[in-house]
Amino acid sequence: MIEAGSRTAWLPHLVLALGVLVFAFPIYMALVGSTHDAGTIGRGSLPLSPGGLAAENYAQAWSHGSGMRVKAPPVSRMLLNSLVMALVIALGKIAVSVISAYAVVFFHFPGRMFFFWMIFVTLMLPVEVRIIPTFKVVSDLGLINTFPGLTVPLIASATATLLFRQFFMTIPDNLVEAAKIDGAGPLRFFKDILIPLSRTNIAALFVILFIFGWNQYLWPLLITTSRSMDTIVIGITKMIGTGDAQTDWNLIMATAVLAMLPPVAVVVLMQRWFVKGLVETEK
Amino acid sequence: MQRRVIFDDKLLPYLLLAPQLAITLVFFFWPAAQAVYYSFFLQDAFGLRQTFVWFENYKVVLTDPLYLASAGRTLIFSASVTFLSMASALVLAVMADRQIRGAAVYRTLLMWPYAVAPAVAAVLWLFVLHPTIGILGRTLRELGIPWDYKINGHQAMLLVIVAAAWKQVSYNFLFFLAGLQAIQKPVIEAAAIDGAGPSRRFWSIIFPLLSPTTFFLLVVNLVYAFFDTFGTIHALTAGGPGKATETLIYKVYVDGVVNLDLGGSSAQSVILLIVVMGLTAVQFRYIESRVHYG
Repeated sequence: MIEAGSRTAWLPHLVLALGVLVFAFPIYMALVGSTHDAGTIGRGSLPLSPGGLAAENYAQAWSHGSGMRVKAPPVSRMLLNSLVMALVIALGKIAVSVISAYAVVFFHFPGRMFFFWMIFVTLMLPVEVRIIPTFKVVSDLGLINTFPGLTVPLIASATATLLFRQFFMTIPDNLVEAAKIDGAGPLRFFKDILIPLSRTNIAALFVILFIFGWNQYLWPLLITTSRSMDTIVIGITKMIGTGDAQTDWNLIMATAVLAMLPPVAVVVLMQRWFVKGLVETEK
Repeated sequence: MQRRVIFDDKLLPYLLLAPQLAITLVFFFWPAAQAVYYSFFLQDAFGLRQTFVWFENYKVVLTDPLYLASAGRTLIFSASVTFLSMASALVLAVMADRQIRGAAVYRTLLMWPYAVAPAVAAVLWLFVLHPTIGILGRTLRELGIPWDYKINGHQAMLLVIVAAAWKQVSYNFLFFLAGLQAIQKPVIEAAAIDGAGPSRRFWSIIFPLLSPTTFFLLVVNLVYAFFDTFGTIHALTAGGPGKATETLIYKVYVDGVVNLDLGGSSAQSVILLIVVMGLTAVQFRYIESRVHYG
C-alpha cells in the first residue's frame, strides 16, 4: 500500500461492502420471500425481514413443487435431474478430453494435427448457432427426453482438451523415459503417472464444468418436453409462467434458493481450484 | 507441439480420440453443415417440399427491418452489459487489490454470483423489480416513476441488462484482480515517489498495463452477452414487450423453434456462426500475440 494514511483506508472497504451488498440483495430478498406466504407477497406487502413459514414452504417445494397456482414436479426430482446432468457433463467432458489430449501429445500418427484442429474448431460452434439441425439429429436418434440426449451432445470440449494438452506438454521427458525403461506401457503410464499428476487440473476443470452443466438452459429447453425431465433451472422459469402477481412466489423463491445452493456451494468450497481453473481455461 | 519422447502404438491413439471425434462429428459438424445446407432452401408451409433458392433466405433476412432492428438491439444490449459489468468489476478489483484487512473475505463474497445460472439470476431480479410485488419495483412506483417492464420496452431492456450484467461482474472481477496482482508494485511506487497521485497512477500506468486483460474480457463479455443471455431473456421477458428485448439469438430460437421457419432460421444461424468465428479469430490472435511479446 502506497498511501498509508487513514484518509483513504476506509474507501476500499466502503466500495467493496457496497459491491457485496448489491450482489447479496436479490439473494436476500429471495430468502425473505421464501419464508412468507403467497398472499403477503401477492398483495405487495413483503417486508424486509424473514417470516416464519420457511419450514412449510421448503418442505412443500421439496416434495410437491406445485402450490395453489403453480404446477411443477417436486424440487427434489428437478434437483436430481440437474445433478445427474451436471455430473455427467463435467465428468464426461473431463474423461473424453483427457484421453484425446493424451493421444495428441504422446503419440505420433497420421492425421494427428487434423484431428486436433477438428476438436479445436468446435469452439466456434456453440449450440446456439446450430439449434434446429442439432435438435433434429438428437430426435432422429430417439434421444428426446432422455439423459443421454441431454448430456452426450455437450460432452465434447475444446477448452478442456486444450488445457490438458498444455499441461501434458510440460511433463519432463525423462519422466516418460524412466517409465518406459521400467517397462510401463502407454496405458500404465497414463493410469499410474499422468492421471495422478493431473489431479489439480482435473479438480479445477471439474468446478468450472459442473457449473457449466448445472446452468445449461437452451439445450434442456429443446431436448426435454416431459415435465419429469425438467432440470431445476428450466423448472423454475416454467413455474413463473407469465410472472403474474398472483402466483405462489413463496414456493418459487424457495425453489430459486435450492437451485442456487449446489453450484454456489461447489464454487465457495472449491474456491482455490475454481480460481485456478477459471484463469487457466481461458488462457 | 510434439514431445520428443513418445509411445509408438499405432492403433491406440485413434481409439483414444474416437469418443471426442464421434461426438464432434455427429453433434457439431453434421448439424452445422445442415444449417448451411438448409439456409439455401425454401420450405413450403407443411415442410413437404423444398426449393433451392441460392441466397434468397440471406437476402430476406438481411433486408428484413425486424432483423435489422434486432441486430441494433443486440448491439445496444451487448455493449451495455459489457460496459456495466466490466466497469463495476474493475472498480471492485482495484479496491480489493489494495492490501486491506479482510481482502480474502471480500473476494469470496464477490465471486459466488458466477455460479448462479443466468435464468435464476433473471428470476431473482424479477422478484425484486416486479412492478406490484417487487420491493424495488414498488418503491419506484411510490416515488412516482411509472415502472412496468411488461408494458415499457425500454424498462424491459434495462431489466434484462441489469440481470445479465449482475451475473457477469464476478467473472470480470476475478480476472481484473489477477491482472492487477501481476503488475510489479515497484513501478507504481516509483510513480508515487515522482509525485503522481492515485488517479494519475491509475490512468497512466495501471490501466495501460491491464490492457491485455481488458481486451480479453471485452471479447469474452461480448460472447457472453450475445449467446449466454438466452436464459435471462427467456425467463424475464420472452423477448417482449412487443419485440423490445428480442436479441439475435432469441430471434433464431423464435423463428426456428416456435415459428418453424427452417430456411430463415438456418440463414440466421449461419450469420451468427460468422460472428462467432470473427470473435474467436480476434481472441486467438490476441492469445498468439501474448505468447510472442509478453
